[in-house]
Amino acid sequence: MSDTEAPAIRIRGLVNRFGDQVVHDGLDLDVRRGEVLGVVGGSGTGKSVLLRAIIGLQRPAAGEIELLGEPIVTGEGELATRKLQGRFGMMFQDGALFSSLTVAQNVQAPMREVGGISPVLMDELARLKIQMVGLPADAGAKYPSQLSGGMRKRASLARALALDPAVVFLDEPTAGLDPIGAANFDRLVSDLQRSLRLTVVMVTHDLDSLVAICDRIAVLVDQKILVDTMEALVTNPHPWIQDYFHGPRARAAFETARHASGRPA
Amino acid sequence: MAVEASEHLNINVQGDRLRIGVAGAWTLTVAAGLDQRLRRVAGGAEGDADKQRARNVVIDAGGLTALDSAGAWVIGRTARSFQDAGAEISFEGLRDDFAALLNAAELGEPDVPIRPARVNPFVAVLAHAGEAVVSAALVGRDLLGFFGFTLVTIFGLLTFRRRLRGVAFINQIEATGLNAVPIVGLLCFLVGVVLAYMGALQLERFGAAILTVNLVGVSVLREIGVLLTAIIVAGRSGSAFTAQIGTMKVNQEVDAMETLGLSPIDVLVMPRLLALMVALPLLTFIGDILGLAGGALIAVMNLKMTISQFLTQLSLAVDFWDFGTGMIKAPIFAYVIALVGCHQGLKVSGSAESVGQRTTRSVVESIFIVIVLDAAFAVFFAELGI
Ligand SMILES: Nc1ncnc2c1ncn2[C@@H]1O[C@H](COP(=O)(O)OP(=O)(O)O)[C@@H](O)[C@H]1O
Ligand SMILES: [Mg+2]
Repeated sequence: MSDTEAPAIRIRGLVNRFGDQVVHDGLDLDVRRGEVLGVVGGSGTGKSVLLRAIIGLQRPAAGEIELLGEPIVTGEGELATRKLQGRFGMMFQDGALFSSLTVAQNVQAPMREVGGISPVLMDELARLKIQMVGLPADAGAKYPSQLSGGMRKRASLARALALDPAVVFLDEPTAGLDPIGAANFDRLVSDLQRSLRLTVVMVTHDLDSLVAICDRIAVLVDQKILVDTMEALVTNPHPWIQDYFHGPRARAAFETARHASGRPA
Repeated sequence: MAVEASEHLNINVQGDRLRIGVAGAWTLTVAAGLDQRLRRVAGGAEGDADKQRARNVVIDAGGLTALDSAGAWVIGRTARSFQDAGAEISFEGLRDDFAALLNAAELGEPDVPIRPARVNPFVAVLAHAGEAVVSAALVGRDLLGFFGFTLVTIFGLLTFRRRLRGVAFINQIEATGLNAVPIVGLLCFLVGVVLAYMGALQLERFGAAILTVNLVGVSVLREIGVLLTAIIVAGRSGSAFTAQIGTMKVNQEVDAMETLGLSPIDVLVMPRLLALMVALPLLTFIGDILGLAGGALIAVMNLKMTISQFLTQLSLAVDFWDFGTGMIKAPIFAYVIALVGCHQGLKVSGSAESVGQRTTRSVVESIFIVIVLDAAFAVFFAELGI
């Protein structure tokens, strides 16, 4: 990775406000190209709002955001991120699938915008993405309303990955998946990430995912963000972080990770 | 012998050895561009002989710089199709991370259809017609059932076994009644003007211009005031009822209500139904007055009558029952519009598209029923002689 290359995401002094509720207050963040960044934080600390701000859906009260070297300015009219079309993908927390299209058509929607892909290949690729996210093959012909909540999440993930974007934002992707599906998903993200140097920003509460695939972890506390490796964060004295990484679930996740990698304790 | 050479794809045939060199960045657009070519090579469309002969296929991936899942799929599919034809296949210079992706990009069940099954268009048209007839009958039955349900609920309200949601009721009166006053008033006034103007033109030729007042009076009070108001309200509030309740259905808010022990009929339907039954008669009254005012304007301007002459003639032309028949119809039309609007809203299922379809149906159905009922009333009142 060259040092001259712009970071995938660069945020300086971000302030987000709803009325007089301050969600982010002077937040700085750099996400390197090709890393998997896990974002954690209590409910309502503004994880989703942060992702929305980065992709230009949420107008910040102050601050600068650059995505893949392009400044994100949200104003009236066209989204600034439109010109980055296909270079980033977002999986929304509630799925946000197009309800009048089948799952396969949802996955093909971004491909159609690219153009020049034959219908046969588009069908094959849609099948592939659907399978990759662990959906049964016949889910492709179904409409979102015919799927369960967990299946909708997977379909939404398939759509976010449709163009193999450079940066993927995943808002709680493994919430609602069964543990096997979640582990498969982690592996899939790792595979794609390594071969494409994909940058992944993943909001998650799944400690297994954090341990298994995240290079660094960003913790949202006190309207700011604290980024570090898992090893360093574990020793951070902040009370919320202590609670988070030393709860029973965290211990179990570390235990599993140690067994999996065969490292001694 | 080089068969094909390009920046990304390089195919070499030597006897029964086929060498496919892939190089550069195999991402979606590149893969899409070379897809047809590889399909032909693998499918043996050009030179079946080549494929038969190719016992030994080498995919040289040494020059591959990037690979995404589309590229991996196309390359992997090509390799597998040679394998299926009985060829020996091997990769050269494939990076580990690309190999992992190639393995991941394999379809378990490649033939499961991902498009909804398509049917013969002739059969589809026939089925569609049949469905429409059956669904019309079912809608009629359901609506009747829903009508009964609301009657029982109203009976419950009257005997104080159920409670009316007061705040929602008042809100609905404001939304469906008060806020509709300007548009209903304006349109009735304009129709009154048009009616008087056209009537005067025709009646003047018989020297009976004064009868314009009778024409306007009777038609506005009996028919136009209430019918026009009902149609405006169906388009304005009936559609809103369907869209509001339908969106709540899509968000599973209605389901949530049921689990909390709240009845959607009490919470959503009754306030709207009763509010509209109050609002529509009031709007009709305003419509009547403004329709007559429109007639009066033309009478004064074109027929050189004074206001008092107009009023005298009006009192000779109409009796209480001209006004009464119009007003009797108003709450009944209100019931129909609210009933259909709420019923369609509760029938919304799943998607945003369904909200749109149901809203359209709600407006069409309620206007249809209103006009049919109006015709029935006209016959009924004529038979009664009022
Ligand atoms: N559109 C909005 N209007 C007002 N407040 C909002 C809006 N979106 C989010 N918020 C508030 O911002 C805070 C952060 O929300 P969110 O980012 O969704 O939390 P989470 O970290 O759980 O994803 C919450 O307190 C929420 O109430
Ligand atoms: Mg969230």
